[in-house]
Amino acid sequence: MSTTAPAEPAASSIGGELTRSRPRPGETAFTWALRGCVAVSIGFLAALLVFVVYQGWSRLDSRLWNAMPTARESRIDEAGVQSAITGTLWVVLTTAAIALPLGIAAAVYLEEYARRDRWYLRLLELNVQNLAGVPSIVFGILGLGIIARRLGLGLSVITAALTLALLVLPTVIIASREAIRAVPPSIRDASYALGATKWQTVRRQVLPAAVPGIATGSILSVSRAIGEAAPLLLLGAVTLVLFNPAGFDSTYTTLPIQIYNLIASPFESFRELGAAAIVLLLAIVVVLNSAAIYIRYRYAKRW
Amino acid sequence: MGTASGAEIGRPPKARQEHPLRRRRLRIGERSIEVGLFAAAVVSIVTTVGIVLALGEPTIKFFGEVGFGEFLTGTSWTPLFTDPNYGVLPLLTATIEVTLIALLIAVPLGLGSAVYLAEYAGPRLHNWAKPTLELLAGVPTVVYGFVALQMLNPVLRALWPGDNPPDFQNMLVAGVVMGFMIVPTIASLSEDAMSAVPQTLRDGAFALASSRTQVATTVVVPAATSGIAAAIVLGVSRAIGETLIVTIAGGLVADQIQLNPIRSAETMTAYIAAAGSGDVPLGTIDYNTIFAVGALLFVLTFALNALSIRLVRRFREVYE
Repeated sequence: MSTTAPAEPAASSIGGELTRSRPRPGETAFTWALRGCVAVSIGFLAALLVFVVYQGWSRLDSRLWNAMPTARESRIDEAGVQSAITGTLWVVLTTAAIALPLGIAAAVYLEEYARRDRWYLRLLELNVQNLAGVPSIVFGILGLGIIARRLGLGLSVITAALTLALLVLPTVIIASREAIRAVPPSIRDASYALGATKWQTVRRQVLPAAVPGIATGSILSVSRAIGEAAPLLLLGAVTLVLFNPAGFDSTYTTLPIQIYNLIASPFESFRELGAAAIVLLLAIVVVLNSAAIYIRYRYAKRW
Repeated sequence: MGTASGAEIGRPPKARQEHPLRRRRLRIGERSIEVGLFAAAVVSIVTTVGIVLALGEPTIKFFGEVGFGEFLTGTSWTPLFTDPNYGVLPLLTATIEVTLIALLIAVPLGLGSAVYLAEYAGPRLHNWAKPTLELLAGVPTVVYGFVALQMLNPVLRALWPGDNPPDFQNMLVAGVVMGFMIVPTIASLSEDAMSAVPQTLRDGAFALASSRTQVATTVVVPAATSGIAAAIVLGVSRAIGETLIVTIAGGLVADQIQLNPIRSAETMTAYIAAAGSGDVPLGTIDYNTIFAVGALLFVLTFALNALSIRLVRRFREVYE
C-alpha cells in the first residue's frame, strides 16, 4: 500500500475491528507493478540522456557552434553544426511569428465569438482536432506540393517555416482555447457591466488572465517545431549547407536534419558530432519544457 | 465610428424599437476585429483543403498508370527498380508490425503509469512524475532514432542467442523505442479519463470495503474505458505517422512482405521520407508514388483520429 496516498485508510490494527490488518493477496504486488511502469518509462528517459551525453562528450565544446559542417572525414575534427543552429533559429523564429498570432486569434474566435449552433463552427472545431493528429510527414507533402511548388516559394526558409507553422497551429489553438475557457464568465460579465465592448473585454480581461496557459502552450509548440524533422526531409533541408541563411529565400538546414545526416554516417567521428548536436538539441527542448511547466505551476490561477 | 448606414446590417428595424437599451451604433473596429479573428480560424480549414489538394492530383495521376487493385494487393514495392512493382502491402505490413510492437510497450507502461498517477500517487510525486513522463513526448524523434540504432540495437545483437543476429536496422528496436515515445500520449489521456470519474463512485466502492486496487481495477478503469480506448487509438495514430525512428532504425527494404521483427523493413512513412528527400523530378511516376502512399497514410490516420475524437466525446458526455 502506498504511503503517499492521502485517502488511504490507516493500515495499523490499533483502530479496532473495522481497520484492515491483513494485506490482501496481490494488492502489494499490483501496486509495485504500477510503480514499475512509471519507473521503467522514466528509467528509459534517463538511460537515453546518459547515453547521448556519453556518446557526444568528446565533441561538446565551442567547435559545435563555431564551425561549419563538412562532408570530408579528414576535416571532421574542425567541423561543427553552426549552419544548422542558425538555420533552426531562422526557421523556428519565423514559424513562431506566423503560428502564435494566428493560433491565438483563432482560439479567441472559437471561444469568445463563435456561436455553438452554427454547422460551420462545429466543422472548424472538428477540423482543428483532426489536423492535430495528422502525421507531420503529411504536412511535408503539403509543403512540397502546395507551398514549394504551387506557390513557387521553392525549398527555402520561408517554405519550411510556413509548413511548420501549419503543423503546430492546431496545438497552439487547442492549448490557447483551454486557457481562455478557464477564465470564469464572471470576469467577462463584470467587464460588460462596466460598459466595455466585446473586444475591450477580450483584450483587457480575458487575454491577460489567460496568458500563463497560452504561454505554456506556445512554448511547447515552439519546442515541437525545433525538434521536428520529418516534413523538412521533403523540403530540401537534407543537403550539406556550408553557410548561414541570409534571408527567407535562403537554402537552409536545421539541427534535427543535421543530426539525421551525421548519425547515419559510417564514421564514428561523424556520429560523435551528431551525438554532441543531440545534447544541444535536447538541452534546448528540456529548458523550454521546464519553462512551460514552471509557468503553468507558478502563474496558474485558481479562480 | 458613427451612426453609419451600415448600422442596419443584420438588424431588422423592428427589433431596434423593441429594445431601447440595445446598442444602435455599429462599431466598425469591433466588427473588423471579429472578421480578422474568423479569418485566422479559417486557416485550419484552408490547411486541410491544401493537404487534400496536394495529395489528390498526383495520386489520381498515379492511379492513371497503376491499377488500384495492383496497389492495394501487390506484395512487392520496388518503384525505383527498372522492373518496378507498385504493391503497397510490404509498406503496410511493416507499418502495422512496428505499430503493434510499439503498442506492446506503450499500452502496459502507459496504462500502468496512468492508473498509478491517478489513483495511487500523492500530489508531490504526481507533480514530479507527470511532467517528467511528458518529457518523453517532447524528445525529438530523430533522437529516438539514434537511440534505437546506436544504443538498443547493439545490445540486442550482443545478447542474441542464435547464429542469425538481428539486422542493423530492424522493426523490433524501432517499435520498442516508438513504444516509449507514445507512453505519455496514452498515459496523459487515460489519466484525464480516470480523473473524470466522479469521486462518489470511488467513495461508494470504498464504503463497501474495497481495497484501493479493487477500486482502481473494478470501478475506475471500467468507468474510464472510452477515454482509455481513445488514448490507445491516438497512440496507434502517432505510431503509424511516426517517420524518423523507422527511417533511421527500421530500414528501407520493401521488395517483399517481411513479418520477421528482427529483419529490416520499410514503413509507409519511411518510404515517403526516403523517396521525398532525394531530388525527384516533378510529374514522374516516382514523384507521384510519394503522394499515393501519403494519401493512404492520411486516410488511415484521419479515420483513427475521428474514432479517437468520438470516443473522447463519449467519456466527456457521461460525467460532465
